[in-house]
Amino acid sequence: MNVEFINPFLQAVVTVLQTMAFTTPKVGKPFLKGKTPLSQSDLTGIVGLTGVINGSLAVSFSEAAILQVVSNMFGEAFKEINDEVRDAVGEISNMICGDARRMLAEKGHEFQAAIPTVIEGKNHKIFHTLPGPVLVIPFTVGAADAFFVEVCFEASKSPGV
Amino acid sequence: MSNPNLKILTVDDFSTMRRIIRNMLKQLGYNNIVEAEDGATAFAVMQRDKVDFVISDWNMPNMNGLELLKAIRADNNLKSTPVLMVTAEALKDNVVEAVKAGVNNYVVKPFTAEKLKEKIDAILNV
Repeated sequence: MNVEFINPFLQAVVTVLQTMAFTTPKVGKPFLKGKTPLSQSDLTGIVGLTGVINGSLAVSFSEAAILQVVSNMFGEAFKEINDEVRDAVGEISNMICGDARRMLAEKGHEFQAAIPTVIEGKNHKIFHTLPGPVLVIPFTVGAADAFFVEVCFEASKSPGV
Repeated sequence: MSNPNLKILTVDDFSTMRRIIRNMLKQLGYNNIVEAEDGATAFAVMQRDKVDFVISDWNMPNMNGLELLKAIRADNNLKSTPVLMVTAEALKDNVVEAVKAGVNNYVVKPFTAEKLKEKIDAILNV
């Protein structure tokens, strides 16, 4: 998967969190996920993408990371995952996907997106909509609280693979 | 100067965004805010109560924002209601479609309180 497809998602994460949660995440080194569907986190928002090529985006937060982000967004301390936090994961995924789609469209790659779905639980599984290589972009906020963005496009059409 | 009594209806299927917009509106001096989680609920609210301003998302179940906008513009009692779309749909075609349907202004997520104020003020000519 070439950088033309990676960078919009990376930039969208930074833009969304800077604008809505007043925090700048640190980005780690992207890597290809192995065959396991297990997430490394506690809450994940998944968005299906359709276009010339189909795929999906997953934004996966550790409990510590999402509580920090939501606390910043609302200006009050959230100490545990509740319905508001779950809802926020969906909206954050929606905004990241929208901003990335905008940048991809500027490069000639247009996508439509579904309404996000949120899944939860230790060791929950993330099943992307279609088989294909899964690129993981790791991030941290605050004191190294982790979250991950997974991007997956159809195997037969994955750009640059 | 904001009119604190201006009745603003915010429409988004994510409660997070409704809460963020409510907080921003209150910071801007707007205190008369009602909410709906989809276009159908919003349209029913507007049929029942007088609403002075609508802030709506696009992608929602049960009547999306564009469908809500078209329904408002097709209703003789509601057609003059200002509508600001606040949405992650940022493609030019989407903006054009919303403008053709009669949206007054458009904010792309993510956004700041300053941007929201700018767009509201532009509609209200303040």
